[in-house]
Amino acid sequence: MSPAPTLYRGSDGMWMWFVHRATGVAIFFFLLVHVLDTSLVRVSPEAYDEVIGSYKTPIYGLVEAGLVGAIVVHALNGLRVIAVDRWDWALRHQRALTIAVWVITAIVMAGFLPRHLGVVFGGH
Amino acid sequence: MTAPQDIKPMPPTRRHKVQRWWWLFQRVSGVLLIVLIFTHLFVNLMTGDGVSQIDFAFVAGKWASPLWQWWDFAMLLLAMLHGMNGMGYIINDYASRKTTRTVLHALLGIATAVIIVLGALVIWTFDPCPVDASGALLEGVPSFCEDVL
Repeated sequence: MSPAPTLYRGSDGMWMWFVHRATGVAIFFFLLVHVLDTSLVRVSPEAYDEVIGSYKTPIYGLVEAGLVGAIVVHALNGLRVIAVDRWDWALRHQRALTIAVWVITAIVMAGFLPRHLGVVFGGH
Repeated sequence: MTAPQDIKPMPPTRRHKVQRWWWLFQRVSGVLLIVLIFTHLFVNLMTGDGVSQIDFAFVAGKWASPLWQWWDFAMLLLAMLHGMNGMGYIINDYASRKTTRTVLHALLGIATAVIIVLGALVIWTFDPCPVDASGALLEGVPSFCEDVL
């Protein structure tokens, strides 16, 4: 008996798999750029200060906030993947763990965003 | 119809062992990177004046301590290898032609090696108090350089 054709919409596991890849790729490319900009300390203090100054502009401040968010989700989801692989308990509570990833991300970002955006936009 | 037979697992090849090693590395490095990166982000973005404090003098102040030099070196090495391996999985999933795969893996390996070597040189050859041709301190150096000269 073959099932009726459906559009596969996935479930939490598939979406988290996608989120893990997307955030991983974004973080990887940022890392390449971040090592290059830091390398300017070997050119001159002036060159470094000028380029790093762009990290403090509103646009980059927002990009940076997004990157921190990507890192937090990627880190927590990585722990979830390890847990689900390792413990039956975690496998049985996959869904709760997925929700936990997002809830903890929200809590961390609630601590980080006011502070960071305050510095970027308010000067403090 | 023949009954299902026991299939003996293939003996692990060298390739399997290497892949297994990388799988384990990905998990171990991931856990270590959580500690390394969250500390990095907290110290640089949450304490003091946040992102606005970051300039040459700030970096010089941190790298005056071997702890932060080793911290950043460990972060550089583990993050690049973790990222390289992750990007490698993605290449294997989407690049179906063998030539494309080979080229992409080569580019990835080169980029990773260049960034690790460059980053390591920057950390370990860093001079917190650079001077110009006449021997005067450059603008933007940390204030402790005046005591050193």
